[in-house]
Amino acid sequence: MFNLNSVFLFVVSGTFIVFVLCQAIFFLIRAYREGMKMGMEKKVLMRTVKTSIAFTIAPAVSILLGVITLSKFLGLPLPWLRLSILGAITYELTAAASAAATMGISISEAITSGQIYVTILWVMTLGIIPSMVLIPLFLKKFQSGMSVIKKRDPIWSEHFMTALFMGMISAFLGVVFKDVSKGLVGFISVFIMMFSAAVMIVIGLLLKKYKIKALEDYALPISMLSGMAFSIFITGVIGG
Amino acid sequence: MKNTAELRKTIDVQEAVVTSDPFIENTHRYGRLWMGLTFLFMLAVPIVVGTYYDVHPVFKDVAKGLLGVAPIFWTVALIEIITFTPMLGTGGSYLGFVTGNLTNLKVPCTLMALENSGFKQGTKEGEIISTLAVATSSIVTVIIIAIGVFMMAPLTPILNSEFLKPAFDQILPALFGGLAVVYVSKNAKIAAVPLIFMVVIFSLIPSLASAVSMFVPVGAIIAIISARIMYKRGVL
Repeated sequence: MFNLNSVFLFVVSGTFIVFVLCQAIFFLIRAYREGMKMGMEKKVLMRTVKTSIAFTIAPAVSILLGVITLSKFLGLPLPWLRLSILGAITYELTAAASAAATMGISISEAITSGQIYVTILWVMTLGIIPSMVLIPLFLKKFQSGMSVIKKRDPIWSEHFMTALFMGMISAFLGVVFKDVSKGLVGFISVFIMMFSAAVMIVIGLLLKKYKIKALEDYALPISMLSGMAFSIFITGVIGG
Repeated sequence: MKNTAELRKTIDVQEAVVTSDPFIENTHRYGRLWMGLTFLFMLAVPIVVGTYYDVHPVFKDVAKGLLGVAPIFWTVALIEIITFTPMLGTGGSYLGFVTGNLTNLKVPCTLMALENSGFKQGTKEGEIISTLAVATSSIVTVIIIAIGVFMMAPLTPILNSEFLKPAFDQILPALFGGLAVVYVSKNAKIAAVPLIFMVVIFSLIPSLASAVSMFVPVGAIIAIISARIMYKRGVL
């Protein structure tokens, strides 16, 4: 019988992950060296690395939960590969579910056929192709286009970039309100967002008064983790 | 707050640095090479697995499965490229799109790193900071998931516990609440219209939440139009 967790599949996934890890290390070292060469302060570069580590831990554990979810259907090696690099749970789960549905199988049970496994693997692979093709081909041209906007009107270009940021942030803030029609339970996400925002405001006030640099660097991880901790409390109080 | 003359001067300097820098030119070269190799590696995985097990995909099912996801996900990919590459910078874009998890991890991490450092994306310093942030975040993610995969048996009951479930279910509101304070407070005028629109649309039609990525460009377009009107009227 086909083994979803075979050593071979672990080796294939592991090799690919190590390859991408090398890529990340290459870009990290290259950027660090260039930063030092151009006279940026070492402590600024190191602080960026440290705060990025602190910020990444909680979302990475959340991604690990996605690996666990998918592993019930696809085994461990494939979700390990797809969520360590390339994808995100929303995409991978949907792609796997779409492929499974066309073959009339359920994603609640482990795959037992090699052919079904390879078919799903192809759907997941082909579904993620555009960015892998478009970025190498068009990123430079796209950036040149953005430069033209900048040259034409530098002030507007600054506002244009801010508006792009705001587009993303407003969409993810707006979606927090999706369940408000369900009554108090539907406000849980809103309360958590507000709590996280309140923690950030308190940190801002403390910063103004005490000027602790470390607090500024870790403000976002602290507010995020506080929001997550608060979610345990508020869900217990309201239910949901 | 910088006045118009100062802002224009800063931007002119940034422009001169970023468009003519050999480091950025080489970043494109290396980025294309790494991404090209990753693309080949990615295609090799199903071929190698299929060959090893001597099984071949059912092409009809691949096409049908792809038809179910491609129209949405290829569109989202295009949207993400347009929206996220200006935030991630050159090195950050090449690496970020290979390592994935952009919305929930790489983009907020980059925004935070830029904010803390005080450098703007579009400057060479901003490019260095964003690349460091994306690379570090990618490495940490790979390590944490690898630890999790190899310690799956003892970790699964803890991570799947009912006690911790709300914390992981609510990670995005917890993340974006803090981010909102930083960005919305600094750009309240530009943020107001898209934010109100999004709150109203998702409150009224909750089913749209599953397609939130599609609303990122909608929010951006609304923000750009409202910002343009305010800019023209001298309100910004």
